[in-house]
Amino acid sequence: MALATTRKAFIWRRRTAIPGFGVTFGVAFSLLCLVVLIPLAAIVLRGASMSPEAFVHAAFSERALASYRLSVGAAAVGACVNGVFGLATAWALVRYEFPGKSLLNAFVDLPFALPTAVAGISLAVLYGPQGWLGAPLEHLGLHVANTPAGVAVALTFIGLPFVVRTVEPVLRDLALELEEAAATLGATRLQTLTRVIAPALAPAWLTGFALAFARGLGEYGSVIFIAGNMPYRSEIAPLLITIELEQFDYASASAIALVMLAISFVMLAVINTGQSWMRRSAQG
Amino acid sequence: MSRTLRPSEDPIWLRAGVLVAVALFMGVMIALPLATVFLTALSKGIDPVIEAITAPDALAAVRLTLMTAAIAVPVNLVFGVCASWAVAKHDFAGKSLLISLIDLPFSVSPVVAGLIYVLVFGLQGWLGPWLEAHDLHIIFAAPGIVLATIFVTFPFVARELIPLMEAQGVDAEEAAVSLGASGLATFFRVTAPNVRWGLVYGVLLCNARAMGEFGAVSVVSGRIRGVTTTLPLHVEILYSEYNFVGAFAVAGLLCLLALATLAAKAVMDLVWPEGRAHVG
Repeated sequence: MALATTRKAFIWRRRTAIPGFGVTFGVAFSLLCLVVLIPLAAIVLRGASMSPEAFVHAAFSERALASYRLSVGAAAVGACVNGVFGLATAWALVRYEFPGKSLLNAFVDLPFALPTAVAGISLAVLYGPQGWLGAPLEHLGLHVANTPAGVAVALTFIGLPFVVRTVEPVLRDLALELEEAAATLGATRLQTLTRVIAPALAPAWLTGFALAFARGLGEYGSVIFIAGNMPYRSEIAPLLITIELEQFDYASASAIALVMLAISFVMLAVINTGQSWMRRSAQG
Repeated sequence: MSRTLRPSEDPIWLRAGVLVAVALFMGVMIALPLATVFLTALSKGIDPVIEAITAPDALAAVRLTLMTAAIAVPVNLVFGVCASWAVAKHDFAGKSLLISLIDLPFSVSPVVAGLIYVLVFGLQGWLGPWLEAHDLHIIFAAPGIVLATIFVTFPFVARELIPLMEAQGVDAEEAAVSLGASGLATFFRVTAPNVRWGLVYGVLLCNARAMGEFGAVSVVSGRIRGVTTTLPLHVEILYSEYNFVGAFAVAGLLCLLALATLAAKAVMDLVWPEGRAHVG
């Protein structure tokens, strides 16, 4: 059996002098199957075992549709805010010298390291009616906690590092000579920015945007405390899954989860297509 | 004294504008939430904080959290090293598919990650009746928490290692092997020192996420107080009981873990300058 797999492996992979392919691939692929692929198959099968009517009833109820709209919309708002400020942060980190730079650099990663529940209760208090930001905003008539705006705030927090950390290395590798050459050739600063810098950064920026968006779409812990979780208004899709689960309605939970997975995959496919299109037009 | 700007330098007003915008954004999004945690925790003095952290339920949550990380992190380390060795040092059909599959858990909601284990191991699930008959408990018990944690942290180490290992090519390894080094010796003596930054940072991030995971764990935990509550779940329970000081005291503990992770990364950047910017 072992011999047979080894022999087969030689057919579909290029031979190299480096040993250990069989063992490492075997361990990695087995773990991948056991931890990720087989359990994910369970949800697909659960969805497939439902009648079409039952699936549509669970996955596309008014309440579920409202939650998809909120999750997608708030994730998009969060990703856009991070698209702007993440770009500015990456620009500042690479191009400028200023006091506190290394501190800024360290704290950009905080949303990766901080447990989401901690972020969630902290944002809920901060933007709550008595919070440092919530109270003055309330005074101005702006309600953040317990509204869709609160969801967008939480998703902005959770997606903060992605654009910075994807754009930063590309910006760092971008030769200053290129910009200076453009200037020497008579380009204005704006032309250099739009014709030289923007096309080089666009694929990385889009990757960061997509990662922030995807993370926001499924995010749960940081959102549920600030959202208020009112059905049809501030209830995100992942929360709806947990509500179905608490009622032991596994089929409905699976149906909603499958729609969410489908949204993620469609979005990733769109982003991938966009990226290869950008690379082609940057080269051509 | 003003000097002429190089064409790639931004004028002072733009610099100031960008820096003020970044400072405001980071202040509102990062500094204020962090300050909120510690100041809310300490709002009634230090005694309630110590009381909340040393309560039996909190200590049980600490134990469960540490145990979960102690299993999930080594599993992901083994997976990450194996996957990156196979992917980065070899050429085979379906390689980019494998990389996409490794990244898959990143595009799955943590809640869905919990759900899939309920569907496999839960009472209504594939293995539920068999497990019940043999008195084995996975869902609403520690094994489910560990499994869900492994799922959500699955790509962390591999994702850090694969680009680093690919960038370094295979010349050093081929030289080592041709001089008679074994596979293991080649990895530990040649490859690992070259990718130590990614290896350590991947483990740090994996650990932070393992100890802090909430969504996936909350689905499979069942929240049996003091038995199946990890630290983040304990925070949620205290918060939902309106015990804000207690919730933020335990949250402060998790904050310190996050800050220690960031500090460790900053130190690594200083001592191993070859490390690169990355996405977690």
